Amino acid sequence: MTSIIQVRELCNRFGDNVVHLGLDLDLRRREILGVVGGSGTGKSVLLRSIIGLHRPTYGQIRIFGKNLLTLPPPERSKLEQRFGVLFQGGALFTSLNLQENVAIPLMEHIGLSRPDAEKLARVKLALTGLPASAARKYPSELSGGMVKRASLARALALDPEILFLDEPTAGLDPIGAAAFDQLLVTLRNALGLTVFLVTHDLDTLYATCDRVAVLSQQRVIIADTLERVAADPDPWIQDYFQGPRGRAASRAADDDRANPHGDGN
Amino acid sequence: MQHGSARQETSVPPNTTPGNVTFNRGALAITGDWTLPAYQAIEQQLSRLPLHSRKPDTLDLANLGRIDTAGASLLADFLGPDRLEGFVENDPVLERDTAALLRIVARSLGQWKEPDIAEAPILSRWLSHIGERVESLGLLLWQLLGFMGQTLATLFSVLPHPGRWRVTAFVAAVQDTGLNALPIVALLTFLVGAVVAFLGATVLEDFGATIYTVNLVAFSFLREFGVLLAAILLAGRTASSFTAHIGAMKVNEELDAIRTLGLNPVELLVLPRVLAMMVSLPILTFVGMIAGMVGGALVCVLSLDISLGQFLAIVERDIALRHFLVGLSKAPVLAFLIAVIGCLEGFKVGGSAQSVGEHTTSSVVQSIFTVILLDAIAALFFMEMGW
Repeated sequence: MTSIIQVRELCNRFGDNVVHLGLDLDLRRREILGVVGGSGTGKSVLLRSIIGLHRPTYGQIRIFGKNLLTLPPPERSKLEQRFGVLFQGGALFTSLNLQENVAIPLMEHIGLSRPDAEKLARVKLALTGLPASAARKYPSELSGGMVKRASLARALALDPEILFLDEPTAGLDPIGAAAFDQLLVTLRNALGLTVFLVTHDLDTLYATCDRVAVLSQQRVIIADTLERVAADPDPWIQDYFQGPRGRAASRAADDDRANPHGDGN
Repeated sequence: MQHGSARQETSVPPNTTPGNVTFNRGALAITGDWTLPAYQAIEQQLSRLPLHSRKPDTLDLANLGRIDTAGASLLADFLGPDRLEGFVENDPVLERDTAALLRIVARSLGQWKEPDIAEAPILSRWLSHIGERVESLGLLLWQLLGFMGQTLATLFSVLPHPGRWRVTAFVAAVQDTGLNALPIVALLTFLVGAVVAFLGATVLEDFGATIYTVNLVAFSFLREFGVLLAAILLAGRTASSFTAHIGAMKVNEELDAIRTLGLNPVELLVLPRVLAMMVSLPILTFVGMIAGMVGGALVCVLSLDISLGQFLAIVERDIALRHFLVGLSKAPVLAFLIAVIGCLEGFKVGGSAQSVGEHTTSSVVQSIFTVILLDAIAALFFMEMGW
């Protein structure tokens, strides 16, 4: 397995507040990596560091073997087209309607004509489960869950190789969240996506993730399969996975495995 | 292109064969990579196929390379989602992942029903546009009057309760709108004062009445320019900042939070700003008058051979106190209007960043317009009254 993202010795400090200290992490091709950690452990800072929005205090981050921050702008833009990001709040452009939001990267980078780009944009919107009536609406006219879906559609616009998701199922209803999990796995299998998933949703972890990385004490204390992570003696991990919610999600995942229903059929 | 070369660098087999489609006696064959970079090429190929190829008897996907959602959507579009799904279900050799992708794209497109958008004829659209603009203009005035009333009502309900006075917010707003604007107001009026003196001297010289430059500068700055320049500057500087500040709070749902906490946004946000403006603008007006006259005096001393003592003596002899009062009396009224317009536009911001920009523009335009209009009306009024 080749790792397409390598984080080595990452340190991030804001004033006196040390968020990361000697953090190492690998993201392997075609895997869904879940990143969990308590509030304030720097999950979002890690994500922002990897996608080049935040310059780390110290350390090396390589995507596809390259350091984003040292690349000249044209090459950096090309590299950035190979990953899609779903921000926590959606971050849709509020002055554009949904299909324009998704069509923008298609027009700018692939050079599609506006009708083509918008047609393709509507496909992406349909993929994420949005109704046709939403395509011409503006983000401010939509519910939080719909904004999330549209934002996923924009992240998928260029059929990227890596998808970064920051709390994708937060704010979705359970049915929508389950559909999202299934969509994620289907897309990963069909498109060979690699997914970096920051989440608190235990159901999503159990339903989708191949590996789970736990952020604690300013570094990744373990990054392994769910079973092994859940068996780790670390007190925070035990609280997380053996708490009432963790046990419920684990049971639900076991039930799913016992009688599988709908992997697309 | 860039896609392919990048893949090589990361040690993935470069199996890029361009996407292709052939139709032969009822059999549609899909080969090569159906991915986003090839979107337009494949679309052109599809459009060249005969119409009955959209209903083929068989679909051959055996030689399909990579396919992504763009390629899948082209196929679903061409065949129709239902037919594609039928082919996928009955294809024994299709890879499971590819089948899942085609199925999910076909299904989501099948559920997608384009809504009808009826275009109205151009004349009625034009008329309705005019109607909308007129209505929005009326609404604008109506809302402004209502908001002024609301602000005053809140002011009078707060006045008897010193515990509810927002002293800190008020002082902060005075610093921001008054103290911080002082240098720019002084500089601007100083320069305009010098320019007025030069212009006056040029014209009056022909009549041998250069000495009246002093009266010109003093009159114009006491009655009009001091207050007008300061008000226009604050309309541009402060009304926009009020709108952007309150508008961003609205976008961020902070105003809703204020309301649900049982607080009154008018009392909390508008009153301190309005009152601060009503304190700041008269002070700035006074500074503007002085700076303008200093500018005029400097020109008189340096190039018109009128000494400073002479300048002051003429001002003392010819200019009555009422001119100063006429100018200053306009300041609180203009300040109230500028602040109220700025705040109201902030409250009108919708949910988008664009809306913040639109309303900020609107607040500056409205407040400058109001300042000049009101100043003109006041000038007429004071003239008729003989003040």
